[in-house]
Amino acid sequence: MSLPLVRILVDRVVGALVVLCVMVAAIPVLVLFLFVIIKGFPGLLTPGFFTDPPHPQGVPGGGVLNAIIGTLEIVGIGSLLAVPVGALIGIFLSEYGRNQVGDTVRFISDVLTGLPSIAFGIFGYTVVVLTTHHFSALSASIALAVLMLPVILRATETALLLIPNSLREAGLALGAPRWRVTLEIVVPAALGGIVTGALLAMARAAGETAPLLFTAFGNDIVQTNPQQPIGALALTIYRNALLPYHNLQDQAWAAALLLVILVATTNILARVYVRRMQR
Amino acid sequence: MSRGTAERVVPTPLVAASHQRRFVLGDRIFRAMAYAAALLVMVIAVIFLIALVIPALPAITRFGLGFFATRTWDPVRNEFGALTPIYGTLVTSAIALLIAFPIGLGAALFLAEDARLRLLRGPLSFLIELLAGIPSVVIGLWAFFTLTPLMRNNVDPFLQHALGFLPLFRGTPSGYGFLTAGLVLAIMVLPIMIALSRDVIRAVPRELREASLALGATNAETIWSVILPYARVGITGAVLLSLGRALGETIAVTMVIGNTMQISTSLFATGYTLPSVIANEFTEANGTLYLGSLFYLGVVLVLITIAVNVLARLLIWRFSGSGRAMA
Repeated sequence: MSLPLVRILVDRVVGALVVLCVMVAAIPVLVLFLFVIIKGFPGLLTPGFFTDPPHPQGVPGGGVLNAIIGTLEIVGIGSLLAVPVGALIGIFLSEYGRNQVGDTVRFISDVLTGLPSIAFGIFGYTVVVLTTHHFSALSASIALAVLMLPVILRATETALLLIPNSLREAGLALGAPRWRVTLEIVVPAALGGIVTGALLAMARAAGETAPLLFTAFGNDIVQTNPQQPIGALALTIYRNALLPYHNLQDQAWAAALLLVILVATTNILARVYVRRMQR
Repeated sequence: MSRGTAERVVPTPLVAASHQRRFVLGDRIFRAMAYAAALLVMVIAVIFLIALVIPALPAITRFGLGFFATRTWDPVRNEFGALTPIYGTLVTSAIALLIAFPIGLGAALFLAEDARLRLLRGPLSFLIELLAGIPSVVIGLWAFFTLTPLMRNNVDPFLQHALGFLPLFRGTPSGYGFLTAGLVLAIMVLPIMIALSRDVIRAVPRELREASLALGATNAETIWSVILPYARVGITGAVLLSLGRALGETIAVTMVIGNTMQISTSLFATGYTLPSVIANEFTEANGTLYLGSLFYLGVVLVLITIAVNVLARLLIWRFSGSGRAMA
């Protein structure tokens, strides 16, 4: 059967356009990675980058120790708050949530997922900074915890729903109460999905800048007290990029590479873990 | 669990009874904990909304709804309005969608449909997923140092040369402004647009596709008259979710839009978006009214994004209701 030439031509053109689209979509990613690696790598090797706090503007040298500690601390405390609560809510959704309450929770979680990250910063600002009268790592952790919550609870629910009901029934038939079936059979079986959700949430939180502007605020001194303002890699990148000092701009690129490595590693860990659990 | 059958030996009725009570108690506690956690989400949501409004109250009571129609943003005379950043938010998001929609849809069609270059599909999907995970401040840094010079020296002059008769492309390109911000946003929403539309397109029943091809339609004709009509609702949902992301993106936009409180028809002009005003002026805002106005902008932003997102979810639910569940 031969088709009219026009139809064949249109088909070919559409086929080519579709390939072009996917190329155009992939190019920025490649360029971006290339730039971050090329411009960031020398900075990573500068002595003191990992071990020194920043020097005053205009003074060469200095590092981002304050920001590395800050990012780890903020995300760490945030995860301690968000992961257990998020997992428990996910358990609720999958095991008890086939009702109005469950649907309301799902709706709220979807709305939270779609909110601009800056809104979480305002939340942390009002709830913690305004009441304690100063910026602090804790306020940032609380803001990020709420930001992480929907990711964790949805991942937990999805993972638990994938566990076949026969497993639950087997546990119940053996005489175990429902809470033990959930905690000792269903949750361990779904652990891969839950851990993945937690890791993805942590990766997202580590890269956020906007919520930190009104909460962590930034600090050039190495600070570990959660009650005090604290630095963060994302804040270092944002502030240094806009300063007219080359060494600070280079530091921003190096911090960006470090942040990308951190986020990518977490993402890849999450994926690898899932694959291992599925086997 | 059936009780009292003659065959049952273990556990004895007495033990079983005490077991039963322990079961019930343990289950009740666990259930209560799960419900408490669910309730906590609702409490957080309520506190969240209140926390957004409280710091904005001075500005809300002072300016009321007139805030939306006021162009002025004058910290010296303490007069504030949201019209200018709302304009900037809409313009940059519109540019982002105009770029990301066709490219995203095309890429999604390739990833979901195309039988050619099968080997490329995995790596390409992976690349696009990677893009979704890159922190926005890193994209902002890259755009600030490499995209803005490119726009200033190459893209903008070219556009001006070709389309300079339109008011959209007048003025001196600085590399910063609406167009650059829109482009950055396009890059940032592409992964969502692609991933969601790819899933929607994959959910189109195979039989429909095969029927169309069996009737002699070409691939392009099948896409146009079978797949796209079927997936239309879901794709609209994907576009709206992308829009929601574009409206609220803060840091990357703040780094390239130029942060100027002005409304201009030229896409080369610098401007402001709702989130970038908040991010950029927070540290310098003195006085309750100035600070309150910034947070009022936050309330406006959140209301807009909630509306867009709820609409998107409804569309996607409607679509997946007839087929499969979607992420």
